[in-house]
Amino acid sequence: MSTPATTIFSPETAARFDRLVTLYPVRRSALIPMLLYAQDEVGYISDEVVKEVAQRIGITELDVRNVLSYYSMLRTKPAGKYNIQVCTNISCMLRGGYEILEHCKQRLGIGHKEVTPDGQFSLEEVECIGACCWAPAIQVNYDFYDELTPEKMDAVLEEYKTGRGKETR
Amino acid sequence: MPRLVSHPDEVKIISRRFGQGAENLDKYLELDGYKATQLALEKGADWIIAEMKASGLRGRGGAGFPTGMKWSFVPKQSDRPKYVLVNGDESEPGTCKDHLIFLHDPHAVIEGTIIAGLAIGAKMGFIYLRGEYRYLLKIMEKAVADAYARGFLGKNIFGSGVDFDVVTQTGAGAYEVGEESALMESLEGKRGVPRIKPPFPAVVGLYGGPTVINNAETIATVPHILLMGGEPYAKIGSERNGGTRLFGISGHVERPGVYELPMGYNLKKAIYEVAGGVRGGRGLKAVVPGGSSTPVLRPEEIDVGLDFDQMGKAGTMLGSGGIVVIDDQTCIVEFALRTIAFYQHESCGWCIPCREGTDWLKKTIGRVHAGGGVDKDLDNIRYLAENMMGRTFCPLGDAAAMPTLGFIKKFRSEFEDHLNGKPCPYARHEELVGA
Repeated sequence: MSTPATTIFSPETAARFDRLVTLYPVRRSALIPMLLYAQDEVGYISDEVVKEVAQRIGITELDVRNVLSYYSMLRTKPAGKYNIQVCTNISCMLRGGYEILEHCKQRLGIGHKEVTPDGQFSLEEVECIGACCWAPAIQVNYDFYDELTPEKMDAVLEEYKTGRGKETR
Repeated sequence: MPRLVSHPDEVKIISRRFGQGAENLDKYLELDGYKATQLALEKGADWIIAEMKASGLRGRGGAGFPTGMKWSFVPKQSDRPKYVLVNGDESEPGTCKDHLIFLHDPHAVIEGTIIAGLAIGAKMGFIYLRGEYRYLLKIMEKAVADAYARGFLGKNIFGSGVDFDVVTQTGAGAYEVGEESALMESLEGKRGVPRIKPPFPAVVGLYGGPTVINNAETIATVPHILLMGGEPYAKIGSERNGGTRLFGISGHVERPGVYELPMGYNLKKAIYEVAGGVRGGRGLKAVVPGGSSTPVLRPEEIDVGLDFDQMGKAGTMLGSGGIVVIDDQTCIVEFALRTIAFYQHESCGWCIPCREGTDWLKKTIGRVHAGGGVDKDLDNIRYLAENMMGRTFCPLGDAAAMPTLGFIKKFRSEFEDHLNGKPCPYARHEELVGA
């Protein structure tokens, strides 16, 4: 349970983690946010991330892996720079969520949980993202796009291809 | 950006600041912001709980438990610190109301948290948002920081001598964590598996301390109730169902959106007048009235009031207020399959009836939809679902079984139309497995 002498994270993220563990009655409450922010920076939960997070919280690496395997947003392999998450749950399904998913598969040439060869995009079919009344909806990393059509979806992909897409972190 | 909607039948209480820029603290203060907190500080815990009881407010997460009563269950004396935990893990398919609250009125959530804390004698509150809501978390974080900067949070809030801290928290993708005991586990940095009850959170909750857990919409309603008075709030709704509620109408309607309607408002009217009826002038096949876990209604059953009791009498539940409208060109078996695929994906695996039940239901309904079903599959689906009910730590098992039973009971002939090699009459997707 300590701040490591050397860190794999950027100074900003390391500072965020130093603060996070002090916010709660127990340090461990910082674990899930810490894993998510670590993933945002590293791209996935690598062995090094597990090691440092375990040390910062003061729990074993096994404890970290136990938690890690539970949460669907946490991944142990890299995704694309832009992870396209298409909701196909009921409200989106009724308004064309599967059509959007199919469209993305064709446009990107990849399937569920696959990454394009240049590492720019990955695709994921996801469960309800809380945008039911504005269906069909997707997220690109943390940014929402709603009331989509295949044409609007193309425009979203184009924005990210040309580096103009939103990037909420 | 989620589109805001409006309809003359709406009574805007919770949503009255939506689209007004109230995420800005100064604007929020102009719109009666933090007046309820100051009133609560002045009048004290007994008054708050009395007003909440008078308001008839029932939990907006789905269970509909009276909020005032829930707060009164927390022991006055406690060796361990007490906590307020706001459930913003909004994940029930069909539900996107809290999304708008965090986006447009974050300070109302903070105020509600402080007031709940004053009512039960807690000094700390947590606002837990699902991991996908990062942009909303940033809005909440800024609101919390602004409130600290003005002395509305922290030591000696509003110069009252009372301390209150609020911490925002993010999940990382798990429907199950929306269940209150799993939510506490997650906030303690663990896998979101449910705890057995009793003890209830009001006695032994977060970090072992007495804890009040309320849905974000419930909490955001609290300051409005204190400002307008519990009784006037209760009068807006129907009997034993006080006030208004954010109803999310999605699926095959002309004007989907989140509408704030009085409790007890007629469901048929909500679909045909408020949301503009079925899209493209098509016929109505079915309505899932309160999020994906609530049993489906047939068109002839929707002339019913939207409150906890009337929906219960109609054989379903008000649930999360997420109304999903299904037109007559939709395959109910496919809809049932997508629903159970969700629950199979989200079952945490802790309780065997849920883990195995959801898996076998998905396999069996999937086989039926693919044309490989046989006659006895339909009874097997029913038998499986019936045997999941009430046999799990948390309600996820029931949440998966209840809609399944509804679909098979009310649309049995559609399932039969898929049996013994017959192709889906509505075939659209060659393969549907869920995420």
